[in-house]
Amino acid sequence: MTDTASKDTDATRPETAKRGVFASLELDMRLLGMIGAFILIALVFNSLTGGRFLTPRNVFNLTIQTVSVAIMATGMVFVIVTRHIDLSVGSLLATTSAVMAMLQTEWLLQVFGLPLGHPALAWLAIAGGLIVGTAIGAFNGWLIGYLTIPAFIVTLGGLLIWRNVAWYTTNGQTIGPLDETFQMFGGISGTLGTTWSWVFAVVAVGAALYAQWSARRTKQGHGFPVKPLWAEGAVGALIVAAILGFIWTLTSYEVPQRVLERDFEARGEVLPEGYTAAYGLPISVLLLILVALVMTIVARRTRLGRYIFATGGNPDAAELSGINTRLLTVKIFAIMGFLCALSAVVASARLSFHSNDIGTLDELRVIAAAVIGGTALSGGIGTIYGAILGALIMQSLQSGMAMVGVDAPFQNIVVGAVLILAVLIDIIYRKRTGAS
Amino acid sequence: MAETPLVELNDISIAFGGVRAVDHVSVDLYPGEVVGLLGHNGAGKSTLIKCLSGAYRMDSGEIRINGEKAEITNPRDARAYNIETIYQTLALADNLDAAANLFLGRELTTLTGLMDEGAMEAETRKVMGRLNPHFQKFSSPVSALSGGQRQSVAIARAVYFNAKILIMDEPTAALGPQETRMVADLIGELKKQGLGIFLIDHDVHQVKELCDRAAVMKNGKLVGGVVNVEDVTTDDLLGMIIAGKPPEGVAA
Ligand SMILES: Nc1ncnc2c1ncn2[C@@H]1O[C@H](COP(=O)(O)OP(=O)(O)OP(=O)(O)O)[C@@H](O)[C@H]1O
Ligand SMILES: [Mg+2]
Repeated sequence: MTDTASKDTDATRPETAKRGVFASLELDMRLLGMIGAFILIALVFNSLTGGRFLTPRNVFNLTIQTVSVAIMATGMVFVIVTRHIDLSVGSLLATTSAVMAMLQTEWLLQVFGLPLGHPALAWLAIAGGLIVGTAIGAFNGWLIGYLTIPAFIVTLGGLLIWRNVAWYTTNGQTIGPLDETFQMFGGISGTLGTTWSWVFAVVAVGAALYAQWSARRTKQGHGFPVKPLWAEGAVGALIVAAILGFIWTLTSYEVPQRVLERDFEARGEVLPEGYTAAYGLPISVLLLILVALVMTIVARRTRLGRYIFATGGNPDAAELSGINTRLLTVKIFAIMGFLCALSAVVASARLSFHSNDIGTLDELRVIAAAVIGGTALSGGIGTIYGAILGALIMQSLQSGMAMVGVDAPFQNIVVGAVLILAVLIDIIYRKRTGAS
Repeated sequence: MAETPLVELNDISIAFGGVRAVDHVSVDLYPGEVVGLLGHNGAGKSTLIKCLSGAYRMDSGEIRINGEKAEITNPRDARAYNIETIYQTLALADNLDAAANLFLGRELTTLTGLMDEGAMEAETRKVMGRLNPHFQKFSSPVSALSGGQRQSVAIARAVYFNAKILIMDEPTAALGPQETRMVADLIGELKKQGLGIFLIDHDVHQVKELCDRAAVMKNGKLVGGVVNVEDVTTDDLLGMIIAGKPPEGVAA
């Protein structure tokens, strides 16, 4: 054989021998593409609205509008990766929202005798909602995994069932106003303010750089090839700039003077001359960041995540490797149910009341977000950050068009077309790069 | 041989719908022995060993491991008996890389409970270095590998975890001559370590060379019994496969 001589050199040659500047950065092309698409959308709407799209105020609103769908989209990634679908997330959101609204306005008051406005109300209601959401999700997973009813059918039925269970839970009434503590998760009524937002920024920058550094060190420790230092630095700088830019934008959105006056009056004080305050990072967005972080760790670093992707890639192989794929299905749908309940907290808190039609059509938005974010319906492929970016892109399109004055029906036509186009681009991209 | 067999498959039957894929088959396997399974396509070889690996549940019959009756109802049970299998279909998750596939279901974790990717990749590089030194694609999903490279990954997975019983369903079907040689050497080495190996192979020469005993299946049934490879020629084996009759004068 002629290649015996090259064998030894082959095994030791660093893979970084000669590579272009771009390749050295080892950037995720799909991620770049999505960020590029998002920036393009933002710039186009910004020029169409004469600069109104990229104001701190609008960026703030955009992020808080995205949170609810984005949280559920992270769970939908797991569902779709394992070749299932969940059409019931919007209805599940409604049921859990109804349960939490009833808990904090009636049930907890009657059963535990807690007075309205008691500080524990919000937390007990949230705990109750999360338990109900997780249980319903697990039940769906059991029907799908153990009784082998297709997920499409179970969740299509669920779409009708849970929408109307929500209706009966509240007798079709709108429930509100919700507890003040509870409302902090909605967005505008719960923000970190300037100082804490910057504290968060510093912590986030530190954590991001530490993660990057420790990943590099682990690779070096095993003698695997790593990026050149300058490339590592460039990627790090980009991440830091993104975090700081985001927080800077949010802390530039100042609380209007009349709102401040009202707040001070409520406390029996007078607004000092020249006093200003900014909203900063909304708690709901912080929640989304936390969910994204946990879900990313689950996807990439835990056995559960590994089994989810293995099962999506080849269910038979997963089964033959000793993975209990039925129980796995229960876990995945339980996570989905938990996240629906979490989204219900954000969605109803943002409205400040529970309404019957809350979450209507969210299943489609959530699935679209995951798919635009690169989750393949054929299974085995998908990322958490992709789904969140997908949700952000859709929300930007929708809000942008609303600002420009596009009719609501036409907005939906565009969003539908974008979904199809995104999948087409993805298919072409995968064919070109040979990735499956 | 007086010692207890490592594996006894007694009177195994399994049918799919009307097809009797395995029909009252009995085969045994001793430590440090390689038993070949031969037969035409669709004879029932893969189905038989899948009963042992936990992929299928047999309709009737019993499995004994070290003389004791074993309940193997799923692949986890089989792994608990230190049975490792290289499936004909390889059973790899195409979207994952070699290390992820090698450790699938048995991931190494750090003290925090998270997966230790670095350690898994390092171990994979080590074992692959022994099996297929040309292999370099550690960070690509296995869908990007050639048929032979994929097969190497499947073999690596089966031999890494200190199996006592190894099932190899056409392990060299996609391998080049050099890699096939390495697998043959590996089988010899594992045999010396006292493993029992079931080897399914269509190549009678390979069976003659690597196996101690061989069994031929036809339409779900065993042709005669398990024969000592030394007592038969490759032509005898071919005759058994094609004609379905044991050669004259061979004690089964
Ligand atoms: N899951 C299944 N469902 C239905 N029939 C099956 C199944 N698995 C195997 N069979 C049937 O059982 C018979 C034996 O198949 P098996 O795969 O064991 O053959 P084999 O001897 O391994 O053949 P080959 O040499 O082609 O691999 C065939 O008729 C096949 O069609
Ligand atoms: Mg076979």
